[in-house]
Amino acid sequence: MLDLMTPLAITAYTATSAIGHGRTAHLDALQAARSGLRPNDFSSAPLACWIGRVDGVEEGALPATLATWECRNNRLAWLGLNQDSFLDRVQAARERYGAGRIALLLGTSTASIGATEEAYRRLDPDGGFADDMLRPAIHAPHSLAAFVAAALQLEGPCLTISTACSSSAKVFANAERMIRLGLIDAAVVGGVDTLCDSVLFGFNALELVSLAPCRPFDAARDGISIGEAAGFALLERIDSAPDAPQLLGYGEASDAHHMSTPHPDGLGAELALRDALTRAGLDVSQVDYINLHGTASQKNDEVEAALVGRAFPARTRASSTKGFTGHTLGAAGIVEATIALLAIEHGLVPGNLGGEAPDPLCGASFAWRNEQQRVDVALSNSFGFGGNNACLAFARAGFAA
Amino acid sequence: MSALRVYVEGVGLWSPQLADFAALKSLLGGATPVPPPARPAAARLPPNERRRAPESVLLAVEVAGQAVAMSGRDAATLACVFASSHGDQPITDYMCATLAQAPAELSPIRFHNSVHNAAVGYWTIATDCHTPSTAVAAQRASFGAGLLEAASQAVAEQRAVLLVCSDTAGSGPLGEVTHCRQPFGCALVLAPERSGATLARLDLELTPAHPDSALDEPLAGWRDDNPSASGLPLLALLTRTEGRCQLAAAATLGLQIDMDHV
Repeated sequence: MLDLMTPLAITAYTATSAIGHGRTAHLDALQAARSGLRPNDFSSAPLACWIGRVDGVEEGALPATLATWECRNNRLAWLGLNQDSFLDRVQAARERYGAGRIALLLGTSTASIGATEEAYRRLDPDGGFADDMLRPAIHAPHSLAAFVAAALQLEGPCLTISTACSSSAKVFANAERMIRLGLIDAAVVGGVDTLCDSVLFGFNALELVSLAPCRPFDAARDGISIGEAAGFALLERIDSAPDAPQLLGYGEASDAHHMSTPHPDGLGAELALRDALTRAGLDVSQVDYINLHGTASQKNDEVEAALVGRAFPARTRASSTKGFTGHTLGAAGIVEATIALLAIEHGLVPGNLGGEAPDPLCGASFAWRNEQQRVDVALSNSFGFGGNNACLAFARAGFAA
Repeated sequence: MSALRVYVEGVGLWSPQLADFAALKSLLGGATPVPPPARPAAARLPPNERRRAPESVLLAVEVAGQAVAMSGRDAATLACVFASSHGDQPITDYMCATLAQAPAELSPIRFHNSVHNAAVGYWTIATDCHTPSTAVAAQRASFGAGLLEAASQAVAEQRAVLLVCSDTAGSGPLGEVTHCRQPFGCALVLAPERSGATLARLDLELTPAHPDSALDEPLAGWRDDNPSASGLPLLALLTRTEGRCQLAAAATLGLQIDMDHV
């Protein structure tokens, strides 16, 4: 039913997370198997857990012309945009295509709700927001995308995708459709989520947060570690950049099962995987690496390990990198897309950090330690609350399925 | 600029004054339609879910159910694009107030209902729908941006798509900032091809930013009270036989829509 997709060129990409600012820092941490998790020093009241906090967010004020967008989430977005020459690459694309021909498609789970939380912590005596918090645009889910549109001076389609933890994977699908239809010539995709009380205490209330650093796919795993991150990619038609890595395909599907628990048979996850492979024209035997969703929640890892076991041969290597970054929620899709692209670029299969005593459900595909090998094709899984599933397929330049 | 052509097969609408699309037609025809009960019926939800669901979910499911029923399509076959400028404001108000006072007491159910894709999640569960589903926002352009995304999916994937755009009224200190004073929701079923269920053809074209089309008197102030009501120029147009309207697709981008009943 699905047509083969014309691949898109990924002409720039970057990530900023607890393991560092930009691609080089990410590669270094992955190669050294160095986690970015630390004991929680963030929440407004004590909460025993580990977090993936990005250093330097508080110090990076926004430029004066963008000051109306000030909040921690937009500071992290700005920090992320300033890595890996991303601003320059977008400016070049803007000059080439025009600001109205570039879409901005960003995923976020909570956007700048941290600012709304702060406003509620220090309400005026009359019960309203303090004057410095009376900025309606930062108290809405579109805060991030609207800020980045202003920062990048883009005037094309601009959309916030907020499907919890699959948000910034799905943006690649939005971009591909708009480019295929000729509505735009390029797209800036990505996502940002910052630590905030809502997610720390919310996941804690659901009893999904571990007291220790998260242990994806470990037999004794007992919950997630929440992280924060910003990541961005620039997508263009392949003829404009034949040497760039490529988006080969994507799949999206719904579990139709439960709001906060995955389908027990991984139904939506498998539908998304199959659609991604079909669009990409890939057989499972051609997949070298899968960056798994692997949150270290009991249920996610159980369902996902079973999916890997039944869908892939042992030569396909698989790991979760949430032991490095924590679960960056709405930013997980773009951070892990970046890691999949680094795997292709550097021939590195990152080890599944934190999985010291592998769950027996995990088959031979799991890479528990770093492996150096050529990676031509890498997938990335992202699943969210509401049973929302996405799978992305990436390949090195020139790869022909 | 490029145009997208889609066919409307169903329309849903709910506000405290208007029970459905027929009530909008009646209002624009000069009548005073009977207002619906205070709580949207959301008949597509199983009774247990209906009792527990927050108003944001009831509102979205109500208009989605109306549009799908009018189209005659099986809901499980429709891709879903659910747009909302603010998500569930009463839950955000509750969460921020609780986090400021007693964070450890945060309700797990309200937290998982706080995700922007809660409504589409409940909808896919209620209709056993495994298709791609998404939840989007674009501030005051959420309807236009959601329509652009839904039409893109319909044409690019050659499949029928359910578009919902809804916002509840705000509450608490947040409500003073969002200025959402009354709920409003609307929905369209869009198909890539003409069919027996086609009500109207839409040709969508991206344009430079342009003020949204004016609204006739009975609807004039509605957009001030709810950002999802920015879809009203198109809904009002659909009560007629042909015409053009202009909506925002982003802060700096317009969407020109030519409508024909076919």
